[in-house]
Amino acid sequence: MIPNPFETVTEQVETAPVVADEIKKTTCYMCACRCGIQVYLKDGKVRYIEGNPEHPVNKGVLCAKGSAGIMNQYAPARLTKPLIRVGERGEAKFQEIEWAEALDVATRWLGGVRRRDPRKLAFFTGRDQSQSLTGWWAAQFGTPNFAAHGGFCSVNMAAAGLYTVGGAFWEFGEPDWDRTKYMMLFGVAEDHDSNPIKMGLGRLKTRGDAKFVSVNPVQTGYSAIADEWIGIRPGTDGLFVLAIVHELLKSDRFDADFLVRYTNAPWLVIQDPGAADDGLFARDAEGHVLCFDLGAGQLADAHGSDVKPALVGERQLPDGRTAKPVFQLLAERYLAPEHAADRVADRVGVPAATIRRIADELAHAAFEEEVVLDVPWTDWAGRRHEKMIGRPVAMHAMRGISAHSNGFHTCRALHVLQMLLGSVDVPGGWRYKAPFPKPIPPGPKPSGKAVAPETPLGGMPLGNPAGPEDLLVDEAGGPLRIDKAYSWEHPIAAHGLMQMVIRNAWEGDPYPVDVLFMYMANMAWNSSMNVSGTLHFLTDRDAETGEYKIPKIIYSDAYYSEMVPYADLILPDTTYLERYDCISLLDRPISSAEGPGDAIRHPVVAPDRDVRPFQDVLIELGARLGLPGLVDDSGAPKYPGGYPDYIVNHERTPGVGPLAGWRGTGDDHGRGAANPDQLARYIENGGFWHQELPLEHQFYKHANAGYLAYAKRMAFIGSEDQIVLQLYCEPLQRFRLAARGHGPHQPPDAHRPRIEAYFDPLPFWYPPFEQQAVDEDHYPLHAVTQRPAHMYHSWGSQNAWLRQITSHNRLYVNRKTAARLGIGDDDWVWVISPHDRVKGQVRLMAGTNADTVWTWNAIGKRAGAWGLGADAPEARRGFLLNHIISELLPTREDGLRYANADPVTGQAAWYDLRVRLEKCLPHEVGEADPAYAPLPNLPNQERTPPVLRYGAELAPAHHAPPAPSADEWIGNRRELARAVRGIPGGHGNRAAGDGE
Amino acid sequence: MTSLPADPPAKKLGLVIDLDICVGCHACAVNCKEWNTGGHSAPLPDFQPYSADPSGVWFNRIHSFEVTDEADDGSRTVYFPKSCLHCDDAPCVTVCPTGASYKRVEDGIVLVNPDTCIGCKLCSWACPYGAREYDEDAGVMKKCTLCVDRIYNDTLAPESRVPACVSTCPAGARHFGDLGDPDSGVSKLVAARGGYALMPEQECRPVNRYLPPRPRPSDSGGDRRETAPPPAADDERAGFLARWIDRALSR
Repeated sequence: MIPNPFETVTEQVETAPVVADEIKKTTCYMCACRCGIQVYLKDGKVRYIEGNPEHPVNKGVLCAKGSAGIMNQYAPARLTKPLIRVGERGEAKFQEIEWAEALDVATRWLGGVRRRDPRKLAFFTGRDQSQSLTGWWAAQFGTPNFAAHGGFCSVNMAAAGLYTVGGAFWEFGEPDWDRTKYMMLFGVAEDHDSNPIKMGLGRLKTRGDAKFVSVNPVQTGYSAIADEWIGIRPGTDGLFVLAIVHELLKSDRFDADFLVRYTNAPWLVIQDPGAADDGLFARDAEGHVLCFDLGAGQLADAHGSDVKPALVGERQLPDGRTAKPVFQLLAERYLAPEHAADRVADRVGVPAATIRRIADELAHAAFEEEVVLDVPWTDWAGRRHEKMIGRPVAMHAMRGISAHSNGFHTCRALHVLQMLLGSVDVPGGWRYKAPFPKPIPPGPKPSGKAVAPETPLGGMPLGNPAGPEDLLVDEAGGPLRIDKAYSWEHPIAAHGLMQMVIRNAWEGDPYPVDVLFMYMANMAWNSSMNVSGTLHFLTDRDAETGEYKIPKIIYSDAYYSEMVPYADLILPDTTYLERYDCISLLDRPISSAEGPGDAIRHPVVAPDRDVRPFQDVLIELGARLGLPGLVDDSGAPKYPGGYPDYIVNHERTPGVGPLAGWRGTGDDHGRGAANPDQLARYIENGGFWHQELPLEHQFYKHANAGYLAYAKRMAFIGSEDQIVLQLYCEPLQRFRLAARGHGPHQPPDAHRPRIEAYFDPLPFWYPPFEQQAVDEDHYPLHAVTQRPAHMYHSWGSQNAWLRQITSHNRLYVNRKTAARLGIGDDDWVWVISPHDRVKGQVRLMAGTNADTVWTWNAIGKRAGAWGLGADAPEARRGFLLNHIISELLPTREDGLRYANADPVTGQAAWYDLRVRLEKCLPHEVGEADPAYAPLPNLPNQERTPPVLRYGAELAPAHHAPPAPSADEWIGNRRELARAVRGIPGGHGNRAAGDGE
Repeated sequence: MTSLPADPPAKKLGLVIDLDICVGCHACAVNCKEWNTGGHSAPLPDFQPYSADPSGVWFNRIHSFEVTDEADDGSRTVYFPKSCLHCDDAPCVTVCPTGASYKRVEDGIVLVNPDTCIGCKLCSWACPYGAREYDEDAGVMKKCTLCVDRIYNDTLAPESRVPACVSTCPAGARHFGDLGDPDSGVSKLVAARGGYALMPEQECRPVNRYLPPRPRPSDSGGDRRETAPPPAADDERAGFLARWIDRALSR
C-alpha cells in the first residue's frame, strides 16, 4: 500500500498547555446578578473568565455577558483620565486634568452647596451596587436627594413585596426550583436574575415532573421553553391574576389554614364610612389588632396562638361599630362578577377557558401534589410540627409587571394569589432569601424632613413610609425632594424617581439644584424617557444669567457613554476587575433561599489608565468635605485606605458592617468587631461568604421560631415576633384617609382624588395611565422592550463580541397584525406615540401578542459614543423606544402633570407605551431617526483597531501532554439520574463521589 | 484527498445538546470564543470590531427559528446551537488537499493543522453543516476543537476539563462524553431522549447529537382539559360567606 503523502505531516497537539499564571476569584459585574467568577491571568492580561463552581449564585456557570468580560476590560471606550469641560455642554469638548485638580474642583463645588443648602446637591447613582455606601454618604452630606436606578427599574416589585410579604421577587426571594411542581413566570424576558433562572428552569424541565408556564407578550428566551406560553396583553396581568383568584375562591380552593396562621386574613377592619379610622384594623386599648375568636365566641388578640379566628362574619366592636375580617373584604371584592374569567378574557387577550384551567392547575398542584419534608420545626408560638407541608406552586415576576403604572397593585395581586395558595416560603413554593423576611410595614422611614447646612440627615435618604406622617413634604404639602419621592405625588417611592431628576432640576420644580452628581447612569440616552427633551434640559440656559439651568454636573463612569458629553467634570471609574466592591447584606446581597451570603470584588488586574474606583473617590471627597462619618474627631480621614478600609472598618450599628462574614477574630458571622483580615478571608474563600441554614430553618421563615431567633442574632431583624403577611395593606388606607380629610397631614386638594383612587388597601386593576389618556383607535398597539439575554443590564453592550450577536434591533410585529396593516418583513416603519416618533425596521414574528410590538432594549446608540465608529449599526439602524416615551402624563385640566409612573411608588411606566405604525416613504428607508450629530473622540481616546486579534499573544506555553482521558459531563446530572437509567447521580454537574 | 483513520476511532468524543431547555442565551458561544481565542487555534479574530458590520471567527453559533403551526396558529421559538459535529465520515477531512484537516485516532476529534492549512476553503464547501470558520486574517481555516486543550489539561481544575461551552451552559443543556461507548452517560441520555443526528441523509455520520424538545402538555391536548363551563355569572359572594361563616380554624 502506497503511503498517502498528505498524512506525513502530523500535528503535535498541545493538549495540556499552561493557560494561567494565576486564577483569581472575584464577582462579575457584567450585569446585576453578581455571579462568582474565576479570572485566568496570563502575562498580566486576562486570558479567560469562567464561573466559580463553589459560588452560591451561579455554581460554575457563566452567561454570555460574563464570558465577554475581557472585551469590556480592554474596550477602547474606557475613560482614561479625569476630564473637565472646555466647550459647550453636549459638544464633548474636554481637557484632561490631574486627579488633584479634579478632586479640588469637585470639593469646591460640593463644599459650596453643603455650606449654603445641601438639598442643592442631587446625587443619583444609577446601576450602583454600593448603595449602602452611596446612600450613607448622601446622608452624611446632608442631602435627601439621593437614589439609585430602582425608580426606573423594579421599585414596584420591591415595594409591593416588602409591604405585603416582607420580601420581594428576585433579590429578596426565589422559586424553590428543585421542589416545585408548577412554576409561573410573569413578565420576565431573559433578565433578572439571569443565571439562576436559566439554571432553575433547566433543572425543573430536566426533572420532568413540573409544569412551567410563562406569561409574557413575547415568546423568546425563557418563554420559548415554557410548557405553556400565555401571550398576554401588556399591562393586564393584574386582571388575569385576580380572575384566577376569583376562580379559586369560587371553588373554595385556597389554603385556609395558611391564611389563618400566617396572614392578616382574620384581622378585623373597621367599617365606619366617614370616620377617621374607617378601613383601619380594629385594635384593643393596648393596640393589639383584633380578630373574632370562634372558640371563645368573642373578640381576641389576633396575634394570639390559641384563637380560632373567623375568616368571615361581620362583628360588633366594643364601641358598637362594626368590623369585617380582611378575608371577607377580599372575598367580596374578588368574587364580584367583574373578576370572572369570562368578563376579563377579551381584555387580557387570554381565553376564559384558559384562565379557568390555569386556576384549576394551580389548585391541583398546590393541594393535590403537596410536597412533604420529614423535617420537624417549631413555630413562633413554640409549637413543634413534625413535617413541613409544601404547596409546590412557585412564581417569579419582574419588569413586565413592574414597568407599568399599575405595577404595584399587580405585584400585590400576585402575592395575594401566592398566599391563597399557601405557597409563600414553603417547600416547592416561593422562598425568602435572608435577610428577608422583614417586618411589615418595612422600616426605616425616609430621612430629609429637616435639612440644614453642614448637617447630616438623621437617617438614610431612602426608606419606607407607613403613613402620611412619614412623607417628605413641606407645610403646604409640596415635595421636599428634587424627584418628588415621598410626596403626595408618589408617597411610597421607596427607590426614588431618578428618571425625573433632570427634568425637575431644569424646571426648578420644586427647586433648582446647583450640582447634579451622577454615577453609572446613562441619563442622556437609554436610561431616560424623552431623550431629546432630556438633552435640552441638560443644555438649556437661564435667559437672564446665561448660566446652565443645571449649573454643575459631575459624572463618574468607566466608559464613554452618551452621558459623558453632558457633564462638566468627569471622574473616570475603573472596570469591575480593577477595584474593590462590596455586595452587602445592608444593600443587595447574594443570599439564596438556603441562607444569607455576601461578596466582594477585589482588583485582579491593575488599571493601565489614570482612573480611580468611584467608591474610593467618594470616600476621599467625603473626607475633604469633612463629612461627619468620613473624618475622625481630629478631622483626619477616617478611611485613608479608601473603599477596602471602609468595607472592613465601617460599622453601621455596633458590630454590623458592610460584610457579615469573618468578623471579630474571624469566627463571628453577622455581628462582630471589625476584622483586619476580613478581606483576606473573603479572597481565600473565592470572594464570597455564604451560610447554609439548617433545613428546619429554611422554610416558614416568617413564623419559624428557630429562624427568627437566628435572624435577630444576625441583626437581620429587630424582634423574634412572627411576621404576619399582609393581604390587606393598612398603610395604604392611612394615605387614603388623609385624602378624605382625616388627620393632621393633608394632601393638597389637587392630589386628593388620586390618593383616594390608588391607595386601595386591597389590590385592584386599572388600565395603565397612558392607555387611559390616549385614543386607543389612534394608538392601537402596545409597545414594549425585552432584554436580550446576552446584553441584559449590560451597560457595556459596545462589547466587541456581544455586538456581533446584536448590533441593531428590529421592531418585532405579529405576522397577522402586520398583514392587516400591510406591513411586510424588513419594511421600515415609523413607530408613532402621542409623544414623538422613531423609525425602525420590521421583523415579523408569530410568537408575539397580536396587539403588541416590541424591540430589544438599549441596543441603539448615539453615533460616536461607546468607542464605536459613526458608521456602527447601533447608531445607523438601532433605535430606542425611549425617544417616544414621555416622562410626564398629559396635562390635567387643572394644569397638573404627574410623572409617567406608578401612582403609589413612582416606578417609571416604560411599558405603558401606546403606538401606531406607519410605513416609511421610500426616501425615508434605511437610516434610524431621530439621528443626532456624531460625538467626537475624547482627548487621547484609544483608536479602534480594524482587526482584533485578542489572544494571539497568549500562545500557550508547552506542557508535557498527559495520558489522554476525558471526563464525561452531564448537565443537570442529578435531575437526569432520576429519569435515565445508568446515569450516575451527583450534585449539579459533578458525578457522585466526584470531588465531593 | 486526506484519509480518515483507517480504523474508525472507537472513542467518539462529542456533544449532546438538549433543545428542550436551550433558552438561546449565547453563553456557550461567547465562552467558547473567549477560551479559544487564546487556545489551540488562537486567535479568533474580529473584523471591524467597533464599527460597521462587525464580524469574527466563532466556533459555536446560536440560530433561532420560529416554528409555526398553521393548523391552530400555535408557534414555538427554537434555539439551535451549532458547532462542528466531529463526523465519523467527515467530508471536510477527505476533501483536504494537504492533510491539514484530520480526524484524531485517539478520540475522533476533527482538527485543522494550521501549519499545513493553505486556506483553500474546500473543507468549508464540503461541510454540509457550515461549521467551519475561515480566519481571513491568518488565511487558515479554523473550527471547534472540542476544547482539545482543555479536556485533557491536568493544569486545570478537574471540573474545568470539559469543553468551555459545556461547563458554562447556565441551563445545563449541553453534555459531553464518549458517544462511541454505549454505556456512557451521554449515550444513555441519547437513547432515553430520542437524540438525533443532524441531517443523516448527508451520510457524514456526525458524532454530536441533539435532544429534541419534549412534547408539551399543550401539544397533545391531554393536559388542555378546560374545566367545565362556568355557571351563569351569578354573584358568588353570598354563597361564599355562608359556606365560611362557621369555619373555625386554629392559628
